Amino acid sequence: MSFMSRKLKSSLFGYLFIFPALIGFLLFYAWPAGRAVGISFTDWNLLSEPYYVGLDNYVEMLEDDQFWNGLKLSAYYVLLNIPLQIMLGLFLAVAMDRLTKSLFVKAAILLPYLLSNVLVALVWLWMLDPILGIVNSLVAFFGLAPQAYLGDPDQALVSVAAINIWRHMGLCAMLFLAGLQTIPKYLYESASLEGVTEFQMFRKITLPLLRPVMVFVLVTSVTGSFQIFDTIAVTTAGGPLDSTRVIVYYIVQNAFSFYKMGYASAMSVTLCMIMLAYTLLQMHIMRASESDLN
Amino acid sequence: MKIKRLTFTSLAVAVSASAAHAVEIKYVLWDSNQLPAYQQCAKDFSAKHPNISVKITQSGWDDYWTALSTGFVSGTAPDVFTDHLAKYPEFVKNNQLVDLSSYIERDKLDPSIYTDGLYEVWGKDGKQFGLPKDWDTIAMIVNMDIAEKAGVTLDELNFMTWNPQDGGSFEQIVRKLTLDKNGNNATSDKFDPNNVAVYGYQNPGAGGMMGQIEWSHFAVSNGFKFQDKPWGSEFYYDHKSLADTLDYLAGLPKKGLSADFKNTQSLGSDSMFIAGKAAIIPQGSWMITYFDNNVKNKYHWIPLPKGPSGKRATMFNGLADSIWSGSKHKEEAWQWVKYLGSADCQSVVASKGVVFPAIKGMAEKAVGAQMQRNIDSSAFLTMSQSETYLPPIAKNGARIDSTMESAIQSILLGKESAQEALSDANKKVLRYSK
Repeated sequence: MSFMSRKLKSSLFGYLFIFPALIGFLLFYAWPAGRAVGISFTDWNLLSEPYYVGLDNYVEMLEDDQFWNGLKLSAYYVLLNIPLQIMLGLFLAVAMDRLTKSLFVKAAILLPYLLSNVLVALVWLWMLDPILGIVNSLVAFFGLAPQAYLGDPDQALVSVAAINIWRHMGLCAMLFLAGLQTIPKYLYESASLEGVTEFQMFRKITLPLLRPVMVFVLVTSVTGSFQIFDTIAVTTAGGPLDSTRVIVYYIVQNAFSFYKMGYASAMSVTLCMIMLAYTLLQMHIMRASESDLN
Repeated sequence: MKIKRLTFTSLAVAVSASAAHAVEIKYVLWDSNQLPAYQQCAKDFSAKHPNISVKITQSGWDDYWTALSTGFVSGTAPDVFTDHLAKYPEFVKNNQLVDLSSYIERDKLDPSIYTDGLYEVWGKDGKQFGLPKDWDTIAMIVNMDIAEKAGVTLDELNFMTWNPQDGGSFEQIVRKLTLDKNGNNATSDKFDPNNVAVYGYQNPGAGGMMGQIEWSHFAVSNGFKFQDKPWGSEFYYDHKSLADTLDYLAGLPKKGLSADFKNTQSLGSDSMFIAGKAAIIPQGSWMITYFDNNVKNKYHWIPLPKGPSGKRATMFNGLADSIWSGSKHKEEAWQWVKYLGSADCQSVVASKGVVFPAIKGMAEKAVGAQMQRNIDSSAFLTMSQSETYLPPIAKNGARIDSTMESAIQSILLGKESAQEALSDANKKVLRYSK
């Protein structure tokens, strides 16, 4: 009896704590998402009354080259972005864990992430300008050939990825650092008594025990970068020659330039499904909710 | 359009000259340069109409249109807004604009006070969706320090000719102004087109469906026509006159006279001009104040070159003020629109010398006001008296714009020949416009 009431009490407290977040979730995520599903079955230009068209938007989507091209570009962007971002983040985290406890270093590494996306994009737009930017001045100083970066269809998406790797690797590093600090030090001590090399310790102890953090970083950064939009809106506006017209940019263009709300919603719903499937798969494969420390 | 993109973090400034219990009219515009003039108009207006106050909000070009359309949906759009020819067909189609014709008739407004053509483009089928506020034309801005060093006179610059085959005297001048790293100009045999320090001319970009500052003036002076009539569904983007023009512009970087398209899409031609990396660029009259504030060297505005037609040509774009059909204070909104379109307000705008007001004779006043600030903007007036044409007006404008932007980018990047890219694009355009 007293056990039950304690359990009830603690779950009540639990709900109390998530209550503010729950309100935000229902109001700003769940409800609009539900509305989007509804809108995706209509033809609606934002200004006149919507009318029901059934699955027409989804059929149109499957036949739309630019939709597939947008998905492809977003996927390509994730492949450019994530591996390097995670490797650099992990490297920084291990280096910080071993070499310094300095708060200043931590703050400096996190700083790019604390700046607004638009600001970061604008700063890099200036620095990467092929004719007036500092990057090509440095490139020329070292005797290399200047590049067009964001202006070249072959380099634009890579340049956007580079900007965001620079911005996000600090956050990755902080998350990994927090994970590293939960790994008991005695594991490393006994390993070094056995004469295990640094690299093997990293492979056999650090990496496996970082798994829950790794899952979190992978899921949030893959879904986040699949939805890349703001940097592109500021730096390339989808160009040159559609080379950065990623799926979310195409969705926004349909919604607010072409006034095709129904079609934009159909693509959003599809994108959401893809992301959901990816997240579930990733969590399943990497057994996200278990830890090897127990 | 580049400037608009860079400044899209919007500045929202609100002014309110309000009396207690007055009806408040919300008014929006996108050009921050014009804000002070309209604040003055709002103040004068409220003095005459103590029962109406005007609240002006300014936000950057990109935010402006998104905020406006979401405002239409959510019922929070401003009562009166600055409207653009490329945007208003969509609003008319969706019944978002008040037909002003009955107000105009009732108050016996005389449309002939406006510069020819400006009133008519805002009407369709006997209805009137806006009252003209100002107009703009295109000219070229020259770095006179570079021109004087090259021995090019203002007289030569003022009377250039152009054709798509050899570029006419325009290209000869551009060659004299283009300098490589060793100081050779592009008329010299020693000129190195791969190591250019100053480009003689810089095309700003692809220009979408209008090519307002990019290519339309060259193309029209070469015989090009956008469409059969305003609101018409026939488009002629596949015409040889446009293909030849774009081939010519795409060829300039190969000669070393302009920077490659891909190198000019971040900060763009305006910044190149300000940094002294481009000697001549085309721009619109709405940028007069911007350049005067930012250019440090000696500069001069010159009219566009005469084309094969023997005439100079410029896009003649006119803005208007429209009333939202969802406004709860339509009568008060009309009073404000009427005031904005009157000589009282437009002479205030003219005296600030930022844009050219729509009422006949006011533009000369604006040029005079700019002369007082040592800016010679008469080139834009010269252009307005040359062959002028309106921007294309069509339904599905945003999709046509996106199609043409991609096609022209591929021409300027050298991926496709102009004729091929344009004939594909025009087929798509016709599907959208019909």
